[in-house]
Amino acid sequence: MADGHNGTLLAIEDLDVSFQLEGGTAYALRGIDLSLAEGEIHSLVGESGSGKTVTSICIMGLLPEPAAEVNRGRILFRGADLLALPEGERRRTRGRQIAMVFQEPAKYLNPALKVGEQITESLRLHLGMDRADAVTRAGEILELVGLSDTRRLLGSYPHELSGGMKQRVMIAMAVSCEPSMLIADEPTTALDVTLQLQILKLIRDLRDRFSMGVLFISHDLGVVHQISDRVSVIYAGKIVESAARERLFGEPLHPYTRLLLLSIPDARRRGQRLRAIPGRVPDAEHFPQGCAFHPRCPLAEEICSREVPESREYAPGHQAACFMIGKKWIDL
Amino acid sequence: MDRLVEIRGLVKEFYGRGLVARRKGAVRAVDRVSLDIEKNTIFGLVGESGCGKTTLSRAILYLDPPTDGEVRFSGALLGALAPAQLRAFRRRMQIVFQDPNSALNPKMRISDSLEEGLVNLGMPKKQRLERVREILETVGITPAHSSRFPHEFSGGQKQRIVVARALTMDPEFLVLDEPVSNLDVSIQAQIINLLLDLKEKLSLTYLFISHDLNLVAYLSDRIGVMYRGRIVETGSTGQIMDEPVHPYTRDLFASSLSVGGALSREAAEQAGTKDEAEEEHAPAHRAGCPYSGRCGQMDSSCLDREPELVDVGDGHLVACLRTGPGAADRGAADRGAEAQPGTPKRSSNVRNVFPE
Repeated sequence: MADGHNGTLLAIEDLDVSFQLEGGTAYALRGIDLSLAEGEIHSLVGESGSGKTVTSICIMGLLPEPAAEVNRGRILFRGADLLALPEGERRRTRGRQIAMVFQEPAKYLNPALKVGEQITESLRLHLGMDRADAVTRAGEILELVGLSDTRRLLGSYPHELSGGMKQRVMIAMAVSCEPSMLIADEPTTALDVTLQLQILKLIRDLRDRFSMGVLFISHDLGVVHQISDRVSVIYAGKIVESAARERLFGEPLHPYTRLLLLSIPDARRRGQRLRAIPGRVPDAEHFPQGCAFHPRCPLAEEICSREVPESREYAPGHQAACFMIGKKWIDL
Repeated sequence: MDRLVEIRGLVKEFYGRGLVARRKGAVRAVDRVSLDIEKNTIFGLVGESGCGKTTLSRAILYLDPPTDGEVRFSGALLGALAPAQLRAFRRRMQIVFQDPNSALNPKMRISDSLEEGLVNLGMPKKQRLERVREILETVGITPAHSSRFPHEFSGGQKQRIVVARALTMDPEFLVLDEPVSNLDVSIQAQIINLLLDLKEKLSLTYLFISHDLNLVAYLSDRIGVMYRGRIVETGSTGQIMDEPVHPYTRDLFASSLSVGGALSREAAEQAGTKDEAEEEHAPAHRAGCPYSGRCGQMDSSCLDREPELVDVGDGHLVACLRTGPGAADRGAADRGAEAQPGTPKRSSNVRNVFPE
């Protein structure tokens, strides 16, 4: 499906990013490979501090410099390396071709500007529309994301809207220029469950409509299961497993993925103890040697603490990075 | 069975400040809630944010005394107690908050945080240290770390410390207000296992509050579903899971996304509630059923009067006017069919704006 350069919208190759902190260096990303096909919803799942958000802001070119440093790697967007683009061109891509939706809409909407002003800004900047056209278009976009009474809405300030409406406005801003790629960073985490499903459906509808590729970032496996075509699991700055949705949830290979799936409480497993993963997520300043998961892994052997496992393909489109695959199995 | 907590007709209202706001009338955050919690069981309270879960729990503990209604704790009417007597009861009921970062004083060593309650009891220093040691061990924190400050611990460890602090007073009843929502997935399971172990070991009773229906169903014995300050359905976990009756409970189930759970992805796609935008403009106190604005099964009779909780069998209570004899069957039968009226609204909207 996504093979060859033709169908590939975004390809991240061996991306390595570190941050200089007061106390040392945080190795946020340690060689990430990820590819997003045109029109595909690819989820990046991981716990806090695993490097999900760093990946997304790196694609957007919003890394705080000079604290952050890209040590290695390329981000190819339709074949062109984003990291090599001059800032001016980068800015024209951002918002126009790659747009982003953030976790907390309240934080990313300007409280002092009316909704209408915020949506028309990018339309006028990127598409060169005049004011009247931009306002008309903004109204259409708001309707498209499922909001009614758009005239009134365009004149409202963010604080007058509920959480779900704010997130819809954020999404409207992101898709206003019909980008070919959308990065959605935990877009439903701050929302109630019933709203969450509506927003997920909306993102899927918009993907169908604009055939956008969506990089969907989340820690919630339930949400990821609902929305994704493809899923990559990130742990301590490395992708440990990547597969089509059915395969990742049906036949997970990496012990981390398998344990994560087992640690989710499920009403049907009442009375059974949850299979908790011992220990905690390491922080980016002190990632363990070898496979970063080995201190928490029930299968770990001596080699795991010494060498870093390479990612290998175990079935078409299903990669995982672990020495023990095929040798040992977690007993369920 | 022994009832530990009995709540009857509990109401909590909040008034605005100042004369003008006061005249506007009160906001009723919790509306005539009655429920019983048996000894050594877990009662799970689910609902969306703003439905009054936390307000209810604070009113039960008399942290914010209720406006009206009764709370009995092991038979004693809390509202009738003098402050000193109430304080004695407080020892027996404790609360664990959602965010361990704001629940611990960053400037206090954790041993001091844990000792605070014991100091108030007048326990001598030596005994206090012994008790703190013991409790920290129980929750899986190395007692040697007790002189550290909160920032030296991870989120999961901090939550363990907050649980430990609640346990220092040797309570019988713990309110757990979203105790794992702020934690990483792999850490959540550790804390849940810990809470279940502690319940057995110390014969505790829990009121477990969460927005996560899967989690609540996993660990509770009984479940109460809350909407706009009211309990709309309550029953044993089996009753709620297998035969949810209230449309809101069913909508919640449909929206709760589990990995390979009862609902397939396609089924979840079909389900869903009405537009939340309509809901937001609805008056807080409309006539009739409070859920009628979002309910897929609403008809005109729903606006006539407010539904009361009715027993549909074996202590399974439902507040829905369309619940009568045989309503559960009817509900099950059209569960598949009901998806159509509410859902495609948005997508049809989309098509109207941009004809294809």
